[in-house]
Amino acid sequence: MKYTIETDVCVIGAGHAGCEAALACSRLGLRTVIFTMNVDSIAMMPCNPHIGGSSKGHLVREIDALGGEMAKNIDKTFIQSKMLNISKGPAVHSLRTQADKAEYSKVMRQVLENQENLTIRQAEVTDILTQFDLEEISGTEQDRKSTGINVGGDVSHSDLNSDKKSNNDSSNNDIALNKKRVAGVRIHTGTVYSCKAVIICTGTYLNARCLVGESITETGPGGMQRSTWLKDSMNRLGIPLRRFKTGTPARMDGRTLDYSKMKIQPGDPVVVPFSYSTDPADVQIEQVPCWLTYTNEETHEIIRENLDRSPIYAGIIEGTGPRYCPSIEDKVVKFSDKGRHHVFIEPEGRSTNEVYVDGMSSSMPDDVQQRMYRTVPGLENCVIVKNAYAIEYDCINANQLRLSLETRAVDGLFCAGQFNGSSGYEEAAAQGLIAGINAANKIRGREPLILKRSEAYIGVLIDDLVTKDNREPYRMMTSRAEYRLLLRQDNADLRLRKYGYQEGLITQDQYDYVCYKEQKITEEIERLKKIRIGAAASNQQILRSLNSAELKTACTLAELICRPELSYEKIAPLDPDRPKLTQDITSQVEINIRYEGYIDRQKKQVLQFEKLEQKKIPSGIDYDDVGSLRNEARQKLKEFLPSSIGQASRISGVTPADVTVLLIYLEKNRGRFHG
Amino acid sequence: MTVSDQLTGIDPAGYDYSGHDLTESDGSGNDTIAASATAMSDAGIGIIRVSGPDAIRICTGICTNAKGMHDLETHASNTIVFGYVVDEEGSRIDEVMVSVFRAPRSYTTEDTVEINTHGGTYLMGRILDLVLKAGARLAEPGEFTKRAFLGGRIDLSRAEAVMDLISSQNEFARRSALAQLEGSVSEKIREFRSMILYEMAFIESALDDPDSYSLDGYPQHLEEICTKLLGEMKDLLETGEQGAILKEGIRTAIIGRPNAGKSSLLNYLAGTERAIVTEIAGTTRDTLQESVRVRGIQLRLTDTAGIHETQDRVEKIGIERAKSAIGQSELVLYLIDASEGITPEDKSISLLLKQWKNELPAVRKCILLLNKSDLPPVTDEKSVREFFGEADAVLSCSLKTGEGAEELGHIIEKMYHMGELIHQNEVLLTNTRHREEVREACRSVSLVLDSIRLGMSEDFFAIDLMNAYTSLGKIVGEAVEDDLVEEIFSRFCMGK
Repeated sequence: MKYTIETDVCVIGAGHAGCEAALACSRLGLRTVIFTMNVDSIAMMPCNPHIGGSSKGHLVREIDALGGEMAKNIDKTFIQSKMLNISKGPAVHSLRTQADKAEYSKVMRQVLENQENLTIRQAEVTDILTQFDLEEISGTEQDRKSTGINVGGDVSHSDLNSDKKSNNDSSNNDIALNKKRVAGVRIHTGTVYSCKAVIICTGTYLNARCLVGESITETGPGGMQRSTWLKDSMNRLGIPLRRFKTGTPARMDGRTLDYSKMKIQPGDPVVVPFSYSTDPADVQIEQVPCWLTYTNEETHEIIRENLDRSPIYAGIIEGTGPRYCPSIEDKVVKFSDKGRHHVFIEPEGRSTNEVYVDGMSSSMPDDVQQRMYRTVPGLENCVIVKNAYAIEYDCINANQLRLSLETRAVDGLFCAGQFNGSSGYEEAAAQGLIAGINAANKIRGREPLILKRSEAYIGVLIDDLVTKDNREPYRMMTSRAEYRLLLRQDNADLRLRKYGYQEGLITQDQYDYVCYKEQKITEEIERLKKIRIGAAASNQQILRSLNSAELKTACTLAELICRPELSYEKIAPLDPDRPKLTQDITSQVEINIRYEGYIDRQKKQVLQFEKLEQKKIPSGIDYDDVGSLRNEARQKLKEFLPSSIGQASRISGVTPADVTVLLIYLEKNRGRFHG
Repeated sequence: MTVSDQLTGIDPAGYDYSGHDLTESDGSGNDTIAASATAMSDAGIGIIRVSGPDAIRICTGICTNAKGMHDLETHASNTIVFGYVVDEEGSRIDEVMVSVFRAPRSYTTEDTVEINTHGGTYLMGRILDLVLKAGARLAEPGEFTKRAFLGGRIDLSRAEAVMDLISSQNEFARRSALAQLEGSVSEKIREFRSMILYEMAFIESALDDPDSYSLDGYPQHLEEICTKLLGEMKDLLETGEQGAILKEGIRTAIIGRPNAGKSSLLNYLAGTERAIVTEIAGTTRDTLQESVRVRGIQLRLTDTAGIHETQDRVEKIGIERAKSAIGQSELVLYLIDASEGITPEDKSISLLLKQWKNELPAVRKCILLLNKSDLPPVTDEKSVREFFGEADAVLSCSLKTGEGAEELGHIIEKMYHMGELIHQNEVLLTNTRHREEVREACRSVSLVLDSIRLGMSEDFFAIDLMNAYTSLGKIVGEAVEDDLVEEIFSRFCMGK
């Protein structure tokens, strides 16, 4: 017998994307069910044990500013923290933490369990149902025992049904009625959850297989059960899948390593929390070190001798792997001039002896792994707990999505995370949050939240995924952000709190504080630019004591702050009347004064950029109707369906002349599209 | 979008355009654009049009009257004033008439200034250069028309006609513009770009993976690189300015075996119109170059080695000679002596010509002249057509009597107006844009040097390095988009 449960949102997968998506929806008041293959794998970190890092740390801060959970969760469960690039400019400072994996997963599970409106359900989702499927179910299926529909791949009932409908209805409503709309999901038991929105976050589980040399197992990451049924369901919905691959290094018994042969990598003496809501006092904990060692020629020799046994080089792996996360085999082959590669030994948690061997991911057979790891200083007697492996999985090309992360094919169907062709926990969580917010907005009848490239790394991430032709898992990098000087990890709250507040994930108090902070920053900058100090002997004395040149003429305090050897803090004696401000405010004041010229240049670039972003392309546009577009451009525009002129101009193969043609066409048809 | 599609051409309304990235403007017209509004040719008059909110201010800065600065701001709309264009040192460049049109009473509906010059590609190029230096940017393809349309000044059918033509010409213009870019220049630009790209990729890799790449001592290294780069780019700018005059006109080669009548043809071309316009020792090659005008169209005769030889001297033009004469010409005038017929040497020459044509069939034209029709012929038009099917036109004439020679002018004129011959103007036009981009790249690299000297951290260098890279990329028409990420992955071992 069929059993139906009614809810608002179904989230498929409880990894980093799924958790953020489910929390966002339920916090916005929608009844949400999160499905996971195994409740013990909620927020699991199947690869590296760190969160943050260059540009990824920015994403985590942005997630927090918008009201997501990742930053709070890592603040509660980290075991080491480091601000990267601290000697560089503020744009590339980035926080990286080592997580206690088990704790991270456990604490996130608790957050999910205790969240109002949220239900956790261990089940494999086998079908995504549209309105046509539901009609079918309510009509004829009561007599049926079968639980799966159309598994054989015959012409589906829903398709027939929709054809019938279109014939019967007046042509005006054709498009609206034929458009597939998500109506629920069915799980492996046959139970149906009817809902208004579905968010797919299957990560690397869908149709996954793991490879260790010749040994191939049909499992998801970390030996977890993979999901398979959804593949056929996606097929029926008309959403093509593709295959990506990634890899992970071995885990070892830390007791078997000789740390005296490695270099210690401690955390920062003073820890900066990830979340704006975390009290810095709470994160000054005792930290666990990481260790640095290197591969050598002997390691490389073993790899070279056995390349024919690597599934990648033997051609067994079909999926496309990421270049930025190369296996040790790839490194040895592609960078043969390098005599050694870094290997970082990172603890997996406080309550386990397992360590992660960062830098040596591999898909070599076990015997080769055993030998190659043992050539590394400190690893001579290592005992492998888990083998390094490569994993292949099904995902989509995100050019099928709108910038809201909703599929174009099915209304109300959203996708996030590695399923969209990204890689990394942070990239996944960021998409999960946005997909969650936008699924909720869809149901609440609100406009989607779309962050611009000039506003957030999240904006760059999603725009790149949706607009560019990505052929490998996509990783965030600071070089991908054109306006990175404005998109700093230190000002994510000033950039994004307002959106979190508008969406309903940020409280009034949190928002009020950001407004207050903003005002204080502006006032203090103005004050420092106004107050001039003269060449009085006492001032020169202070400057001398600070190893700074004496004044020839009067200058403003702001000008003094710009001197490389001085800072806001250091010139305090010259500025006795300064207001008492907290460090988060004064650091913003200092950055804005010190880098004003560069910041202004970027702001000008942004103004130019945003003008094109604001020119929207109506979704009903028929590119065949746009005369004088070049063929290549027409095809690309049809494929990517950009939502703005700005987005159109970023598609490769669309020229400025095409953009001009498009602008004129839109201008001409202004009336048609707007009423 | 790929930068390769942003190269130049001339739009049918007669405005030149260039490929500034569209993201720099949106057609709403709040920046100021400039371009030549007439074909850049040796016509008696040429107009530089400047449109946008700063048009009047910009032109005020480069125009004077007899008493000193011209304040165009005080002139009423739709008036014409007399004055001079002056360069940065205050030297007069040209006597001009300046028309001021205030918004919305102008073609584009924006504030517009039109500078009526004495024409000539070199002069117009210089004036346009000054306008750009003063703060305007070069107009995009059809941008005046676009603004006119968006401003409601012209109707849709006209705007669409313009756009249709731009689209169809886009590919052609790109190809020909690329063909026109001297090999050595584009090579140089590519060299600059790969230098910059490597440095950017290194910085990015080090920022992304600080554990693996150290930036210790890097600023000193980059300062050296940037200083070198800046010097070389400035050198390039200077040679560009010297080379401008030489590049006027359609590069034309006169070839044929000895005694076919090459000297007669030159004399004829030089004599029928007002003789030689310029005679300048080439700066890049050891040959003399001369310009002549045929029905108002400027031809630059390359490799004049044969031209200065006296009639009685025994010529020894071998295949090598013909090869260098053809060179990068857009037009070849190929002479065959009708009284001697087709010789084995002609067969070799024709093979060379075929090869030359096939390289760029769209922009290379050949006119075959069957000379000495006054003497008893041993061959006729039909046989030479069969012998050399690649000829775009065949003409029977006698350069001695002048019979039929006038037709040559008509053929060239027709080819020119049909757009089959690309006037060398466009190389100059391209150069105006190229120079502007190189200048922009110089500015960016100077900013990098400033940042280094100020002791800024490496990530600040990246901002201006990227700008320099983008500017140079517009010249060689190479995509920018994912270069950096590609370079990072291919040069540096990233990630764990």
